[in-house]
Amino acid sequence: MKFEEVSKQAQAQWDDIWNGSSPVILVGTATCGRASGALDVLRTIRETVKKQDLNCVVYEVGCMGHCYAEPLVTLRKPGFPPICYGRVSPVLAENLINNFILNDDPCLEFVLGALEENDLVPSFQDFPRWKYEKRILLRNCGEINPEEIEHSIGKGGYEGLAKALQMKPEEILSEIKRSKLRGLGGAGFPAGEKWEVCRHSEEEPKYLIGNGDEGDPGAFMDRAILESDPHSVLEGMVISGYAIGARYGYIYVRAEYPLAVQRVQRAIDQAEEYNLVGEKILGSDFSFDIKLFQGSGAFVCGEATALISSIEGKPGIPRHRPPRVAVQGLFGKPTVLNNVKTLAYVPHIIKNGADWFLQTGTEKSKGTVVFALAGKVVNTGLVEVPMGTTLRQLIFQVGGGIPKGKRFKAVQIGGPSGGCLPDSALDLPIDFDSLQESGAMMGSGGMVVLDEDDCMVEVARYFLDFTQKESCGKCTLCRLGTKQMLDILDEITKGRGRMEDLETLRELAQDIKQGSLCGLGRTAPNPVLTTLRYFREEYEAHIQERRCPSLMCQPLIAYYILPEKCARGCDACVGTCTVEAISTDPKSRTKVIDQEKCVKCNTCLVACPPQYDAIVKLSPPDLVPKRGSTPSVGKTVL
Amino acid sequence: MRNEETEVKERTWSILETVGSKKESLIPILQKIQEELGYLPSYAMIEVARFLNIPEIDVYSVVTFYNQFRLNPPGKHSIRVCMGTACHVKGGHITLEAWERRLKIGPGETTPDREFDLDTVACVGCCAMAPVSVVDKRVEAKADPTRVDGILLSYQLQKGQEEKGKD
Repeated sequence: MKFEEVSKQAQAQWDDIWNGSSPVILVGTATCGRASGALDVLRTIRETVKKQDLNCVVYEVGCMGHCYAEPLVTLRKPGFPPICYGRVSPVLAENLINNFILNDDPCLEFVLGALEENDLVPSFQDFPRWKYEKRILLRNCGEINPEEIEHSIGKGGYEGLAKALQMKPEEILSEIKRSKLRGLGGAGFPAGEKWEVCRHSEEEPKYLIGNGDEGDPGAFMDRAILESDPHSVLEGMVISGYAIGARYGYIYVRAEYPLAVQRVQRAIDQAEEYNLVGEKILGSDFSFDIKLFQGSGAFVCGEATALISSIEGKPGIPRHRPPRVAVQGLFGKPTVLNNVKTLAYVPHIIKNGADWFLQTGTEKSKGTVVFALAGKVVNTGLVEVPMGTTLRQLIFQVGGGIPKGKRFKAVQIGGPSGGCLPDSALDLPIDFDSLQESGAMMGSGGMVVLDEDDCMVEVARYFLDFTQKESCGKCTLCRLGTKQMLDILDEITKGRGRMEDLETLRELAQDIKQGSLCGLGRTAPNPVLTTLRYFREEYEAHIQERRCPSLMCQPLIAYYILPEKCARGCDACVGTCTVEAISTDPKSRTKVIDQEKCVKCNTCLVACPPQYDAIVKLSPPDLVPKRGSTPSVGKTVL
Repeated sequence: MRNEETEVKERTWSILETVGSKKESLIPILQKIQEELGYLPSYAMIEVARFLNIPEIDVYSVVTFYNQFRLNPPGKHSIRVCMGTACHVKGGHITLEAWERRLKIGPGETTPDREFDLDTVACVGCCAMAPVSVVDKRVEAKADPTRVDGILLSYQLQKGQEEKGKD
């Protein structure tokens, strides 16, 4: 069957689901949905539909990006706009079927938003984030069933490939070069240049690798795309394989993402059935096989040469470049390695042309970028915005600001290779170059927002602890230098630092940056350097006053129950204490924490009813009054 | 001990028979064996080296390089505490401490009764649900110390019921 016919059929099928006469129920079952109980919701919906013998289409979709409101369920009933409901429990799901599908009550009180503008229910278009969002890569996420290739084709998938196969590889190359597409894995290297070097190399066979080894803690963009729309990545791989003249492709997915692994494998199998991958694709002379490779959990494998050596069955240790990977890569052959998001962009550029792509973004960084918003921000989740959007817009407009009325402190961007930027840097436009100037980097797109309760020294220590453990050990400065820096930071967070340590930290950081072969070592000191640059006073408080201003470093804080605020009759803290460190004073009936036993797990502070609000953290811990004496709370930060 | 050795070898070879003996298959082979046996016993690693015709040390170096591979037998239930950035700022280390305190073991260890094994994981990509623990492949969102106690309690109840059922 010709692709046009397949595509027509799939489109008709999609049209039938989406505009047909029977109601449709979509349940978001990407990993974030599952973590909030989406599978229970799905089961309830399936059972209810069966029990009531409803003529209803039920299917799973990927991530819609509104992770803060998971599990998400979207209902489409003829005569109504498609409506998305948030925080759906199995009980609510049953009610929605009874009230909305069976009767015509859309249960407005549970609506998150409608997918289309209408007069009945508020739609996503009314959300402040809508103004900034531009969904290209995430276009299908949350709408199609990632396990059905027909859904993808019905929505225009593989049209780019069909068009590309009519073009000459050189034409594709020049189109990608003209579009100025840059690698979305973090470094931002122009994709077209890489491809060209590989294409013009004489060695055979050539390889293409799709990098989905998202090791950066705090990032989940690649996972969401692979789980929600794996075909967009496969299509991009086949097109770029055709352009560079590759015969084999690998898609490298972390083993920690079992659902992504499963859905990608299924997508490859289906694409092979439709002859979109494999021998003589769509009747052309071009053959291209895609193999899934599961990464085994090493952060350094995000680096090209380390990733390649792990596919070859060796420890993921980077090697010296040149020779560039495009000249001598996998098994010593020319190889192109691109992030899965970069590859997912390729079909759009081929389909719509480079000029379309050039319309979005800034002078040097074109297109959109996907960010994973996490940490202390109201609307956590996945968001795609044009390059050039400012950090402030992203955090406060799209992300909805900081929860619980707390004060913004910093945004950690780019993972362990990036840095922490303060309020003064928030008006920076997001693109590859301006972030680099501020000491951070775009990285793969992880963004963790920190508020006044987060200690910047502790955050820097956390990242260094991560990179120190993940260092492969090849370069001496990376292996030993990060360890020395970590030891110093450990001492500082325990209140045993010295002022001269700050200078040593800076010197070590410079040396590690210069003396390391790969990106891991060259960027590992960034979190320390940026926090030293923007939050030096916090380091000084730890060293000079033995005090953690954010009340986060456990050795420097103590929990204390204010006797004048304690309700006496209430036992909430006593009941929740995980180590039985809280007791009732027999005389005054107030609760007292045994500082020796306390493990500082924060549970009592959460449990204390807000009308009493009697538990506080004190830093330094010797502020806690001895039993019987009056407390001097003057110096506390509450 | 003799029995364990033969059993491991037999199960290892039943997997090796299904795969190709190219050197680059080493990591996928190890992944398959770990999925089947739950960990990588030394007997299995020796067989893999023989099968691929590579030195045993090469297998061992790959196993110890990657975080995914385990050298200890797992417990009946596996607990993976996410140590990602988002989990960290929302108290992931406090959650880990709670697990350590309750199970009386550290990361990478198994309880003496082989009921639970505890480990950390760099990031499971559910940052919006932080802090996260993965219990038996099920992702537990917002797993604070109270939730830790709740999860352990539910396993205790389940075990109690199972034992009752046996009687």
